[in-house]
Amino acid sequence: MDDLNWMQIVSALALVMFIVILFPATLDKLKNSPQGTSQEWMSFFFPIIVVFLFITLLVALV
Amino acid sequence: MNQNYTTIAQKSSSVLATNKVLRNTYMLLSLTLLFSGLTAAISMFMNMPPMTYLISVIGGMVIAMFVLPRFAHSTAGIGIVFLITGMLGFGLGPILTMYASLPNGGNIITLSLAGTGIIFLGLSAYALATRKDFSFLGGFLMVGFLLVLLAAIANIFLAIPAMSLAISAVVILIMSGFILYDTSRIIHGGETNYVLATIGLYMTIFNIFISLLQILGIMGNDD
Repeated sequence: MDDLNWMQIVSALALVMFIVILFPATLDKLKNSPQGTSQEWMSFFFPIIVVFLFITLLVALV
Repeated sequence: MNQNYTTIAQKSSSVLATNKVLRNTYMLLSLTLLFSGLTAAISMFMNMPPMTYLISVIGGMVIAMFVLPRFAHSTAGIGIVFLITGMLGFGLGPILTMYASLPNGGNIITLSLAGTGIIFLGLSAYALATRKDFSFLGGFLMVGFLLVLLAAIANIFLAIPAMSLAISAVVILIMSGFILYDTSRIIHGGETNYVLATIGLYMTIFNIFISLLQILGIMGNDD
């Protein structure tokens, strides 16, 4: 905490700026995105679980 | 009968348009990735300082958010995509130099590169083969991304290694979701501009690569 340098402060400010810029688009997407059925959510979670297992494999390989 | 022919003609012209967007997107994406690799190599050769990454990422994001949308429908948009991806690649140089100096740095970089390629190609193939509509993910992914940004801000001050590991893992999972979402948008005609489609997919690949580097760098470093 004491060793904060200018790069960390600029990084934090840039991230805050991105959040402020993206916030209206996020609200819009939340309001206007269609609701997914449980089957559609399963078709999303299946590849995501595969990606997670793949990352675990890569960690074991390194 | 005549109406049936019209409907079939409309459908086939819509499929052709979608295929054209998809083909142009993958073509431009391949070229921008090669260009990024070139600028990253130049940056490594020039031995650029670490702040290059921060400046390039902020500059690239600002151009992508404020300049690109104005020129996306003209040929200038292609030039701006190369400018953004070239800048981001140039910013990668010091990061790659840092990882290359680690005892098993070459292995970490190669695995991250291969891992990013496999994740992207696998998820794109899944979205293209199933042709499922992932438009319902929009709000979920955006909220997840904002929460990750908040966690990243907190971790700049807290500097907890386990938290950066968790943030990187979540970023990869969210970016994986964005690959499905963006690809499905192109397939279903939600995105008809290949310049914007390219920059969206490029950002997901860039974020997955950086996060994988971080995870493998932390886990593969014995110190």
